[in-house]
Amino acid sequence: MRPFVLVLLFAMFCPECMIFAAGDHGEVQSQSSITDRSIAIPEWNDWKRVFLLEDYNTRIVIFGTTLLGMAAGMIGSFALLRKRALMGDALSHATLPGIAMAFLIATSLGIDGKSLPVLLAGAAVSGLLGVATILLIRNLTRLKEDAALGIVLSVFFGAGIALLGIVQQMKTGHAAGLESFIYGKTASMVASDAWLIGCAGLSCMLISLLMYKELTLLCFDEGFAVSRGFPVVLLDMTLMGLVVVVTIIGLQAVGLILMISLLVIPPAAARFWTEKIVNMTVVAIILGALSGMIGSAMSAIFPNLPSGAMIVLVATAMFLFSMVFGVPRGILIRKLRRHQLNMKVNRQHLLRGLYEFLETRGLLNEKQISESTFIPLSTLLQMRSWSPMKLHKIVKRAQQDQLVVTLQDDQLRLTKAGLLEAARIVHEHRLWELYLITYADVAPSKVDQDADAIEHVLGPEVIAELESLLVQQSSERVLQSPHAIEIQQQEPNSPRSSSRRST
Amino acid sequence: MNTKNNLTASQPIPLSPEETPVSVYDLTVAYHRKPVIWDVDFQIPSGKLVGIVGPNGAGKSTLLKAIMGLIPKASGRVQIFGKPYQKNRHRVGYVPQRESVDWDFPVNALDVVTMGLYKEIGWCLPVRKKHRARAMEALERVGIADYAHRQISQLSGGQQQRTFLARALVQNADLYLMDEPFAAVDAATEKAIVQILQDMKQEGKTALVIHHDLQTVPDYFDYVILLNMRVIDHGLTAEVFTPENLQKTYGGRLTLLEEATETMRRREQSL
Repeated sequence: MRPFVLVLLFAMFCPECMIFAAGDHGEVQSQSSITDRSIAIPEWNDWKRVFLLEDYNTRIVIFGTTLLGMAAGMIGSFALLRKRALMGDALSHATLPGIAMAFLIATSLGIDGKSLPVLLAGAAVSGLLGVATILLIRNLTRLKEDAALGIVLSVFFGAGIALLGIVQQMKTGHAAGLESFIYGKTASMVASDAWLIGCAGLSCMLISLLMYKELTLLCFDEGFAVSRGFPVVLLDMTLMGLVVVVTIIGLQAVGLILMISLLVIPPAAARFWTEKIVNMTVVAIILGALSGMIGSAMSAIFPNLPSGAMIVLVATAMFLFSMVFGVPRGILIRKLRRHQLNMKVNRQHLLRGLYEFLETRGLLNEKQISESTFIPLSTLLQMRSWSPMKLHKIVKRAQQDQLVVTLQDDQLRLTKAGLLEAARIVHEHRLWELYLITYADVAPSKVDQDADAIEHVLGPEVIAELESLLVQQSSERVLQSPHAIEIQQQEPNSPRSSSRRST
Repeated sequence: MNTKNNLTASQPIPLSPEETPVSVYDLTVAYHRKPVIWDVDFQIPSGKLVGIVGPNGAGKSTLLKAIMGLIPKASGRVQIFGKPYQKNRHRVGYVPQRESVDWDFPVNALDVVTMGLYKEIGWCLPVRKKHRARAMEALERVGIADYAHRQISQLSGGQQQRTFLARALVQNADLYLMDEPFAAVDAATEKAIVQILQDMKQEGKTALVIHHDLQTVPDYFDYVILLNMRVIDHGLTAEVFTPENLQKTYGGRLTLLEEATETMRRREQSL
């Protein structure tokens, strides 16, 4: 099973691997081993080494990427709620020319061009320049933000690629490895880099923790924040600044193309699990941490795989799981709720049909009669557009809840509990019908269908309000129907069904 | 409601600037060089319920936002209790339009109301029990304390509107600016908001409310501002809320002015 999955992974990320291999001559050999043996299954020792954190370097790298994931999850929550997630993407793409320029300038000054602080400083400058360009385009022209984002993202990235080409032509520097910022590579990370990433990430989290209230207000209701005198522009810039820092420190591990995923996916996944912003942030931090941790561990085990891709894949797996199984906002639970509502609606239709059948025949007045009259299923079939199979299912469920009792599979009667429930349902249905006729000007002949659509979701508070609005004399337990009930019109058909029953 | 009694008693009495809740002088606001409100000039009396009435696009929300400095003024000046808004904003409670926010935000009604206290709580400090208790009181006042812990997207439109009202109430301000609080709310909410407006008046507070239902204007408001880009008229409801004035407000728009600015704008764009 596992080899198969790995082959798939390789197939998906092969283009990246090729580029890597081309850029890094050390990997050319391993490239051939990939094609030869299709996968490089790590030895038991490799797994053990990574998972027991035996290497000092692995330990530090995993520690750094975990903190990075936590910071990205936390800052990303705010960016997502502020609807600024794509700004982070444009920003990360805009860092590439800065990385190349920083390398050029540093080497020409005789400094080590590949030291992380130098490159990240360059990345920060050009990233901020990119954001400034977006704001300029938006404010000076009539282009909308999405156009500005697209322009800046592609132009800066293109310029960066061109600059990287130039850098590699030059004789002075050993530019190899700069491309790893595009896809992310933890292998080149040294302990001091990991410390830098970890500390910057922690600071970001601390700042956003201190400004939690204010950032929440900014994301929810900017206008109100301004009216209360909060420096919204400053807050917005702080949030953007935090996004910038997290993006920059993520460049090495995740890469600039995929960095956006670490900012967006954990918070988006977290949203499926909660309706509270605090919980959402906590879950996003945990998911981000797991993505960073597992992703970089995988990358340590499979040195050929870009760590950015591994981190994204781990994050995506958790996102998919949350999307499907998340409670209370995941797909499954919502489908289930809809199904339950449908079942409830069907049952209410069944009970109402039985009740109205008894009512039109004047059989309701005496309890013994109403509880002992058996009603043929065929009459119910005429009242609703149910298929016999569906009706059968509905009846079966109602029977399990002891609301009806069946006789020989084709007749049924209401139980005592069923009759009570039916009376309540019919009452509510008619309340709503009456409301539609009185207040919404719906024709009495049409009101039955209109009432049908909504009445099943009315809460008790609405029912109480309707009652105070419409029921003057509370002597009636069940309201009279405001329109003719259709069963009466279908009376001529019933002999046919009874004749069929007799055969 | 008691406009008849007030008619003789409170003819526009010149108030000292400190007592005038809102004074607007020659205010003009423009979007993309197109004026939205033009030369607006009025003062509102203290302790009154004031309605702002006008057709769609008349600049009602713009006026409220410009008063609070949420959008830049092209020209003119606004004073709140005799001082610039920035100096007196703690005395102002704002109820924005319900549609102005995304209600699918992961907070509950109580959290939203607590936001009205964030300024008071101060930077970097957490929300405490006493703040939550005050927010709860405000929710009780608007009659939705039972829904305090519901996520805000699960509230009905009227309940959402009441949550916003509670967020302004919790500040205990002297002047309330409300942007269409009665828009698309249920009867119970409308009743609750009217009751709260009346209570505010009893306490000597002032409310400036954008309103769209002309039928209820005389019942709800003592004082009316009729707005359609400029102020058509303002004053006691009984005097100002007349068919002629309404015709002027809702009838012909300032077509000439609008056309002129439109032409100007187009010419500028083509340059």
